[in-house]
Amino acid sequence: MVGPVLAGLAGTLAPAFGLMRGGPDLEAFRALAGWPGLGASVRLSLGTGLAATALALAITLMIVALLQGTSAFRLLLRLLSPLLSVPHAAVALGLAFLLSPSGWLARLVAPLAGWTAPPDLLTLNDPAGLALTAGLVVKEVPFLLLMMLAALPQTDAPRRMMVAASLGYGRGLGFVHAVLPALYRQIRLPVYAVLAYSMTAVEMAMILGPTRPATLAVQITAWMMDPALAERGRAAAAALLQLGQVAGALLGWRLMEIAAKRALARLALTGRRGARLDAPLRPLAGMLALLAVAAVALGLAGLGVWSVAGLWQFPDLAPETLTTKTWSRAAPGLAEASAMTLGLALLAVAVALGLTLACLEAEARHGLRPTTRALWLLYLPLIVPQIAFLPGLQGLALLTGAEGTPLAVAAAHVVFVLPYVFLSLAPSFRAWDGRIAIAGAALGAGENRIFWRLRLPMLLRPVLTAAAVGMAVSIGQYLPTLLIGGGRVVTLTTEAVALSSGGNRRIIGAYAILQMALPALAFAAALGLPALAFRHRRGMAVT
Amino acid sequence: MKGLHLDRLRISRGAETLVSLDLLVAPGEVLTVMGPSGSGKSTALAAIIGTLAPPFRLEGRIWLDGVEVTPLPTRARRIGLLFQDDVLFPHLSVGGNLGFALPPGLRGAARRARIAAALEQAGLPGFADRDPATLSGGQRARVALFRTLLAEPCALLLDEPFSRLDADLREQIRSFVLDRARDRGLPVILVTHDAEDARAAGGSVISPMGLPL
Repeated sequence: MVGPVLAGLAGTLAPAFGLMRGGPDLEAFRALAGWPGLGASVRLSLGTGLAATALALAITLMIVALLQGTSAFRLLLRLLSPLLSVPHAAVALGLAFLLSPSGWLARLVAPLAGWTAPPDLLTLNDPAGLALTAGLVVKEVPFLLLMMLAALPQTDAPRRMMVAASLGYGRGLGFVHAVLPALYRQIRLPVYAVLAYSMTAVEMAMILGPTRPATLAVQITAWMMDPALAERGRAAAAALLQLGQVAGALLGWRLMEIAAKRALARLALTGRRGARLDAPLRPLAGMLALLAVAAVALGLAGLGVWSVAGLWQFPDLAPETLTTKTWSRAAPGLAEASAMTLGLALLAVAVALGLTLACLEAEARHGLRPTTRALWLLYLPLIVPQIAFLPGLQGLALLTGAEGTPLAVAAAHVVFVLPYVFLSLAPSFRAWDGRIAIAGAALGAGENRIFWRLRLPMLLRPVLTAAAVGMAVSIGQYLPTLLIGGGRVVTLTTEAVALSSGGNRRIIGAYAILQMALPALAFAAALGLPALAFRHRRGMAVT
Repeated sequence: MKGLHLDRLRISRGAETLVSLDLLVAPGEVLTVMGPSGSGKSTALAAIIGTLAPPFRLEGRIWLDGVEVTPLPTRARRIGLLFQDDVLFPHLSVGGNLGFALPPGLRGAARRARIAAALEQAGLPGFADRDPATLSGGQRARVALFRTLLAEPCALLLDEPFSRLDADLREQIRSFVLDRARDRGLPVILVTHDAEDARAAGGSVISPMGLPL
């Protein structure tokens, strides 16, 4: 995993310092400094990224601390996987449909406000990046929630909460004092990944973010895709600036962690119980969770309705007529993009799954234990912003002539699919009952036979789930597909984002719905196939 | 020399010696290694089947029918093992579990006939297509025994194989297993913490350190 990231970074450094033109010089940085939007763009990236991460973390912590054990929490858990599998672009497009001046929210308010035409309000692409922040938050809350739920069993949370409660602490403050320190240690890497992602998100910022200037990542993408190769140097310089900015933000976040830890220790000494905080905070946590889920769900519903809408005037809440015209007219393009999307995903997932299984099996056979450092390596492609090393990888792809080929794009997808497939599969793979392997060996089976006949079939469900996670990641990839594909490899995601600026909502809806449906189908298959294969094996049922 | 020979077998971790055995189990004979949990019984067992974890140090040799098996991997040792619970493979049918153990030489109808015959002997005729999860505890224990025997082992290790069964069933299965082992002239080592098991086995009873009990 380190290879492509380092190669990409090197490939970004070279043009930034003019090494392609006989440098080294600082020409590219001068060109960057000469761009009038630079200051605002940098501030925007930093502001939306930090705000989105802090909000998403706060909301997730409130949900975990205050809602656990309630029926709302159980419902949320059931919605978690579907929410996670929706690609960023589809979430952003759905939210855009919801928030725009002619969206559902405005239509709801219209009768009260007396609007007969869409109001002249900048609810989308607002210069402060509020819509973008909201989009990032609703997309990251499910991710952080999943990470926290995975980490909680290692924190002895129920007993700690009981101790805090028996000392008279409220749920919220008891959680903060007794569980949070141990929990945060476990989720630090995912939080860093969220921060790095939020600061550098491209497709969400293109759809929801401000335009003049756009966030730095969006501007870099525009420069990268500029047909005049002259902008490549400036893009590379900006990518380095972005990398430095993310590093700075991570450092700042770390300092805030330390400060927060000290503040918590002081707060603990005061002995304040915070028992009265729970009453107002619990409904608030419930509302925020509902809001996050509803924003995604309503947005996606909006996409679906628009894709079959005939005439739909403002401020009607539903279209007057329904039609399949949009779908039938877009069918050829949709089919082509779907085939490419699926092909790339299957290829990338096959490679990632093969590598993951080989790694885990080697770990099991040779009794290796993964270290924290190895885990960092795995997270590297998730933490180092795509926008910082993809321009370099694109340069390498150009040099080798691989740019624009689906194979090169699939290879780039592997870099991002592999960590997720590994993280998804490793716990189940390691938790497999080792006595099965001993029983097999005592019956004369070699290691390969044990792997293919016992371990792999018994792990069919988690293997397919990991594959579905990988499919969802690959299907959602925008920047690698765009940059390594040179704009010539068209997937549902690149097409949906490209269409988003055009404003034909019906077509956008159709692409976004398919973009969302493919991962959902993969997850359905991951659930359905093992159930079908093992329908006569009660010992293989989900427990 | 026929039988299972533990030739000055010594297992230690750090400065502590956990197992010290020097003995021969003749064909058809049962040796019981008894002790409370944590006394090194399982360690001795892991050493004999070849799954000893790295922190343990093994000295001495293990011979089976005159061949030294100490350097061999588990699958090549030809030592059958019955666990505390049956460890049937949950994704395979009863017949699939037995077929997994049967050496690859037999094919097609002959293979199926062999599996059917084993089920007959186990008192489970026609059970080949059954899901192991639908069997009773006693039935599962018998499938596990015949799975082990179909792999044609030259010795048998029993890791408290009866401790999860009810008292009645336990006696019945115990004699069933031991009779089959004696019929085939297998040297048997039984590891248990239960004095009743040890008495019923009929052979000598020692501690993991080799002291007679």
